[in-house]
Amino acid sequence: MNKVKGLKSKDLLGLKDLAVEEISLILETARSMKEVISRPIPKVPTLLGKHLVTLFYEPSTRTRTSFNLAAKVLSANVTNVALSSSSVSKGETLIDTVKNLEVMGTDCLIIRHGLGGAPHLAARHTRASIINAGDGFNEHPTQGLLDIFTMLDKKKSVAGKKALIVGDIAHSRVARSNIWGLTKLGAHVTVVGPPTLIPAGIEQLGVKVSYDLDAELKDADFINMLRIQRERMAKSFFPSLEEYSELFGLNAERMRRAKKDVIVMHPGPINRGVELTSEVADGPYNVILDQVTNGVAVRAAILFLLLGGKTRRNHRAVSAK
Amino acid sequence: MTRILIKGGRVIDPANNTDEVKDILIEDGKIVAGHGSRVTGQEVIEAKGKWVLPGLIDMHAHLRDPGRPDKETIASGSRAAALGGFTTVCCMANTNPPVDNPAVVEYVVAKAAREAVVNVRPIAAVTKGLKGEELAEMGRCRAEGAVAFSDDGQPVMRADLMRRALEYAKQFAVPIISHCEDSNLSADGVMNEGALSTEIGLPGVSHLAEEIMVARDIMLARQFGLVHLAHISTAGAVRLVRQAKVEGVPVTCETCPHYFSLTEAAVKEYDTNAKVNPPLRSAGDVTAVVQGLKDGTIDVIATDHAPHTLEEKTIEFSLAKSGLVGLETALALVITKLIIPNVLSPAQAVEKLAAAPARILNLAGKGSLRPGSDADLIVVDPHAEWTVDAAKFASKGRNTPFSGWTLKGRVLQTIVGGKIVVRDGKLVA
Repeated sequence: MNKVKGLKSKDLLGLKDLAVEEISLILETARSMKEVISRPIPKVPTLLGKHLVTLFYEPSTRTRTSFNLAAKVLSANVTNVALSSSSVSKGETLIDTVKNLEVMGTDCLIIRHGLGGAPHLAARHTRASIINAGDGFNEHPTQGLLDIFTMLDKKKSVAGKKALIVGDIAHSRVARSNIWGLTKLGAHVTVVGPPTLIPAGIEQLGVKVSYDLDAELKDADFINMLRIQRERMAKSFFPSLEEYSELFGLNAERMRRAKKDVIVMHPGPINRGVELTSEVADGPYNVILDQVTNGVAVRAAILFLLLGGKTRRNHRAVSAK
Repeated sequence: MTRILIKGGRVIDPANNTDEVKDILIEDGKIVAGHGSRVTGQEVIEAKGKWVLPGLIDMHAHLRDPGRPDKETIASGSRAAALGGFTTVCCMANTNPPVDNPAVVEYVVAKAAREAVVNVRPIAAVTKGLKGEELAEMGRCRAEGAVAFSDDGQPVMRADLMRRALEYAKQFAVPIISHCEDSNLSADGVMNEGALSTEIGLPGVSHLAEEIMVARDIMLARQFGLVHLAHISTAGAVRLVRQAKVEGVPVTCETCPHYFSLTEAAVKEYDTNAKVNPPLRSAGDVTAVVQGLKDGTIDVIATDHAPHTLEEKTIEFSLAKSGLVGLETALALVITKLIIPNVLSPAQAVEKLAAAPARILNLAGKGSLRPGSDADLIVVDPHAEWTVDAAKFASKGRNTPFSGWTLKGRVLQTIVGGKIVVRDGKLVA
């Protein structure tokens, strides 16, 4: 495999846009970061003086905290900005918000937004780096990367392995980022869920579709359980959480049919008793908390690769253009 | 007496079964028979090597007047129309206030008489406030000059109301123009549903949202009369209309240049200028629309000209308004995408851009160059190549997905009621 020194783009918008070499570079860098984080004093001066802003139009605890910790490990400054999605149409435009943050001296904006393509729009209007922390149903690249990092941590390789992604594929950015990344790395991906939550034409992304979790479970190496949103029920995507859980939830009995060394993942937050019973969520095959730990390392790696070693930009000159 | 002689052009006038090189003489705003060379004191337009066509008729445009002069006015929209070769524009009722009562119809007619450089004919609403609940006063709107009725922009969701509208409109012998969309099915979708919407993570609109309404309206039209289906965009819709016509249902339909020129791939990078309703469809749909144009299933090519401000388009894709401007690119897209590749003959294209709209809307004196017709005509250089530059549009709208496209076919002269409005490709009115 060709080694690359850095990422091609100033932004990380999705795994769709990354070359295999770039994915490998991020994962490799994340391994070094994981070592840094495990030190007694987990702090290096790499991004000293860099300013990051998390700009979240949707609530998040895990992802935002993870980015904050990652930034702090690298000695970057972080400012957190939370805006409600409902004010988007009335208030300042995304582009104006991004440009204002840029001229305040922000090197990198970490954006979460309820609408697909919003970080892409932002990226076209600023020279600051944009990291997509989840956009609508589109992508959540840092989650996808930390999922893959966790899989590689446990299994050495994903190539030729069978990965299941289970649940609300239609509305899941985690699913899409996993699909892009895993298929690029040679994994066999099967998406499993009720037909109402399998989006049109998903096979064209190189995955298999199944509605039968039990049938797929037997030879799976990885199972990534997606969070199901209660509000989908109101729109008749499925009739009840109980039925959903029976058909597409993981419980101890179902797990007995899985491979002994299967890895169970969940991007969180878990609806206990719906996607996973507590027995499974806290069971031996789960790596859910590893995912969270690895998230910090992966995000630190991305920050390092996007921002490390670069001199401060002349923001004023850029925005005057 | 004002006389204009258009000399030596290829006169393409399908309503009059004409496609031959000949002169056209205009006297006092009408086309007259006879040869111009015997007449003195006239202006002569050399049209050798050019096409002389009846002025195009756009039966579907949004001129945003009254209510949104920042997007478009009757004045600016009519100038865009003139440059694009349209001598008559029918404007939709979804303005603010909507064209749902005789006073607003009268406003449009009066404002057009004062400010427009082409004929502007209002389409009035089917229901009060475009709410889909109660019929608007169609008779009084018709009396003030409404040429058709439509809630375009949104569907008439209730089948009972659509039935009454079709029945009631029969007495005026004008069609109801249906915006075919089942809004429960389209819901919060912002692009065509399929592999691409899945790939880029945007909520999709199924082709069924269009086709189910097309099917409903065909069934209603079979029993209750005249319906014209706006902006047909899917293979299934084309198939339904084709079958309905075989069965003799009184249905006509239109498509728009973007539905035969672009696929959904145009939104791949979240380009809001390609966001339109109905959404740009798959390659298979485009092929079916082209086939529908070729075999006559699709009667009309209309623009669905829908200007929006830069602010409304330079935002998140899902929040951006739907619609694109079309008046100044429609004819060149027809020439480039349909005539040059031999999908349509020039006469067939003129049929869809002028003759058919005049016939469907009963526009007396329009859509043909036969003697006695209004002197609405255009001279087109079908070979002239030009590059689309939205900044140069006469429309206030800059929202086009065709920026930078090189197209063939340029309008040189536009004559409206015997008055030269565009001369050598420039507005002179």
